[in-house]
Amino acid sequence: MQRYLGWLGRITLNALFALGRVCVLIADTFHWLLLAPIRGQGLRVRSTVEHFVEYGVHSLPIVSLICFLVGAIMAMQASYQLARFGATIFIANLVGVAAIREMAPLLTAVLITGRSGSAIAAEIGTMKVSEEIDALKVMGLNPTKFLVVPKFLGMLLAVPCLTILSTFIMIAGGYCLTTGVLGIDSERYIEQTSKALVMKDLVTGLTKSVFFAIVICLVGVYRGFQVEGGAEGVGRQTTSSVVTSLFLIIVVDLVFTTIFYFA
Amino acid sequence: MDRTEDYIIEVRDLTVKYGDRAVLEGINFKVRRGETFVILGGSGCGKSTLLRNLVGLMRPYSGQILINGQDFTAMSDERRVEARKRMGMCFQGSALFNSMTLADNVALPLREHTRLNESTIEIMTKIKLELVGLSGYEDFLPAELSGGMKKRAGLARAMAMDPEVIFYDEPSAGLDPIVAAGLDTLIRKMQNTFNLTSVVVTHELASVRLIADVVCMLKSGRIVELGTIAQLEASENPFVRQFFERRPEDEGGQSSEYIHAVTGLE
Ligand SMILES: Nc1ncnc2c1ncn2[C@@H]1O[C@H](COP(=O)(O)OP(=O)(O)OP(=O)(O)O)[C@@H](O)[C@H]1O
Ligand SMILES: [Mg+2]
Repeated sequence: MQRYLGWLGRITLNALFALGRVCVLIADTFHWLLLAPIRGQGLRVRSTVEHFVEYGVHSLPIVSLICFLVGAIMAMQASYQLARFGATIFIANLVGVAAIREMAPLLTAVLITGRSGSAIAAEIGTMKVSEEIDALKVMGLNPTKFLVVPKFLGMLLAVPCLTILSTFIMIAGGYCLTTGVLGIDSERYIEQTSKALVMKDLVTGLTKSVFFAIVICLVGVYRGFQVEGGAEGVGRQTTSSVVTSLFLIIVVDLVFTTIFYFA
Repeated sequence: MDRTEDYIIEVRDLTVKYGDRAVLEGINFKVRRGETFVILGGSGCGKSTLLRNLVGLMRPYSGQILINGQDFTAMSDERRVEARKRMGMCFQGSALFNSMTLADNVALPLREHTRLNESTIEIMTKIKLELVGLSGYEDFLPAELSGGMKKRAGLARAMAMDPEVIFYDEPSAGLDPIVAAGLDTLIRKMQNTFNLTSVVVTHELASVRLIADVVCMLKSGRIVELGTIAQLEASENPFVRQFFERRPEDEGGQSSEYIHAVTGLE
């Protein structure tokens, strides 16, 4: 019993410490993102652009391909039910709404987590192990300003942009399957899609994607700075950055879906 | 003759703890401008920890570290950044930025801290690399260099801002004797040409004899002896004697003790 209580206390304490570190990280990031540039301490524009290209442009092919395929899959699954009622034209509604509100933001975030979130954790972790973070500090360069903020901004720009694109591509995937395979008239499908979608759907999707971006980047950075020891520490934290990030993405998704459901 | 301005670093009653365990206790010393100050001691005695405190990577539990007469531990962040521009550090594993070329590594502090134009920075980078014998390697990535070259590149980067004081963590560890001697000569050369102050952490006696003006000998987090190399060689302290004569630790002697330690049997 006593051991169980001790264990519970330790877990609570560790969770509180972790929460504290997360808060410090968030505060520090926003300090160097918002306050420091105003005070003339600069923002690393070039590095930000490089990260935007790395997270956004370079992941375009894989994100496009997967979103196109998922769009087609969704259309097929929808037709499975709707064909029974002779309502195949409503595939347009289903695919359009699901893509813009849910699937495109979520899938993009999941792919970027695997592709870039893990890379952020591994990069920062390796830099910590090889004393590069210490070297930055000794040079009088702030690691948050130098490493975190460019990644954060790059991610904050890349994920919503990717989400807009992947929404279109996903809808295109559904369109190709429905018109090509199921033989529905192309003009009717497009008209039906545009009738189904409203501005609020886009706002929902983009709001989510912004918060997904924040989660992916901060989890990667946090896990990276958590690395202790050597290479196996980097591996462990990289893995757990992906798991944590996916979990938090689902939680954020749930929260915002609920908010927009009632709002 | 003993004025405070003569000293660039002064450590007063420094105590450092990891958790509850004191790793350094009651450390006091002064480093004179332009001298090479060597911190000597066995593995795990706290040398790296002491260096991390001197450059402000760690906060001490108590005590003061004065750099140019200002307390480094109690400075505001802005002032600390200013102070850091005037010191350089060579890390044990060289800690070059792996994603950048050598030239970019050396140029980084210049790009971030000065408003020099790009061509000036390029020239200064070339000069620093030349100084450590690495000219022609500007576009190499750290992964493409040998250990000794990395150490020298680390020194070039530490020299980039023309610091007053350079800290070295085990500059010659893991290098062959010839390369190690080359690095020692380089440290000497830097000191003579630029009147640099050097603080060198090491456990290599050969390099101590070559570079040291003052040696500070640590054992289990305390200073056991402080003085010139000649004073240490003449020291009566058993640990210093043992270190300089390279005698191994006494074997605990009794085999029964050993059996007890391993098996727990009486
Ligand atoms: N992050 C840490 N957390 C807890 N204890 C530590 C930590 N780093 C070092 N120590 C302990 O502090 C003591 C001094 O370590 P330090 O790295 O300063 O030794 P050192 O003299 O540099 O040894 P070496 O010559 O092997 O590099 C060691 O006993 C070590 O166990
Ligand atoms: Mg060490």
